Amino acid sequence: MLTIWRKAALFDPHRAQVSAWIYQIARNRQIDIIRKENRPMPEELKEEPGAEPDASQILGVQQEAGQLREALAALKPDQREMIEKAYLGELTHREISVQTGLPLGTIKSRIRLGLERLRHELKDLQQ
Amino acid sequence: MSSVTHHIPDAMLAAYAAGNLPHAFAVAVASHISLCSKCRVALEAHQAVGGAVLDESYSVAVSSNLKGDIFAQLDASFSPEPVYERRGIYPGPVLEVMKGREPRWKKLGMGVRQDILSADANGSVRLLYIPAGQAVPDHSHNGLELTLVLQGSFSDETGRFGVGDLEIADEEVEHTPVADFGEACICLAATDARLRFSAFIPRLLQPMFRI
Repeated sequence: MLTIWRKAALFDPHRAQVSAWIYQIARNRQIDIIRKENRPMPEELKEEPGAEPDASQILGVQQEAGQLREALAALKPDQREMIEKAYLGELTHREISVQTGLPLGTIKSRIRLGLERLRHELKDLQQ
Repeated sequence: MSSVTHHIPDAMLAAYAAGNLPHAFAVAVASHISLCSKCRVALEAHQAVGGAVLDESYSVAVSSNLKGDIFAQLDASFSPEPVYERRGIYPGPVLEVMKGREPRWKKLGMGVRQDILSADANGSVRLLYIPAGQAVPDHSHNGLELTLVLQGSFSDETGRFGVGDLEIADEEVEHTPVADFGEACICLAATDARLRFSAFIPRLLQPMFRI
């Protein structure tokens, strides 16, 4: 929790729901403690100086998060259990890839659209 | 950056988000994402799913003492972890493993050089330098090998790999990567096991070079 507090300035509501952001920090922190190592993270994207918050983009991210929760709730119990296992770190990548019943793609496509819009901006930022 | 054509498989990204990839692979994945907006977007999608799962999971009550302790620490001073920025062809996550130092190349023969950044029972991360037009000795793998191109390009039986491309080779793949003409090819190679060379001599040398 302290880690989340200390990293709060890095949170960007245009790109992620706060739960997504907390999820990654919490997972990394847990693994770091268990394995006594630092989880490698991608380079942070640099925000353009003076960028104004874009309310419609922030709203879009939140709406998609709502759709995602509905999609999760609509899953069959066994599928849901596998998803939980995968994202709470109980499956290896090999196990995830052989779980043919795992609706990873379906679930993710719900949030893919908004993120695709962002891809454009990311590209500019990365140059 | 749009030239990246070989990406991270979905299952591997999900495992990376969940923190469940071996460290060596996580370095390769984090480095690829630093160079590839498509996979960054896909990772953020996985994080959103993880967040939703976390949101729905049951909460645990904490004692008021613990809560008080945590709140008391909010104002405590702390030293942030060092952030490694990209330097030249090396993405931040690679520099983090190198602790910010320059590559220390060791000769492997035929102009091929390597720098082992980390190696233990769980796998290894190293840099490979392959002169233009030069082949890396035939090898298959005991485990999985992830190769991320940082400079130049190479081709093998499965295709052509340029800067930012990630090749994933498992036990089934016996391949001979050859650096393309032009620039020398520099790659980051991550394995979760030791490499196995099919030719006799390199196999003898393997313990010596720790590859």
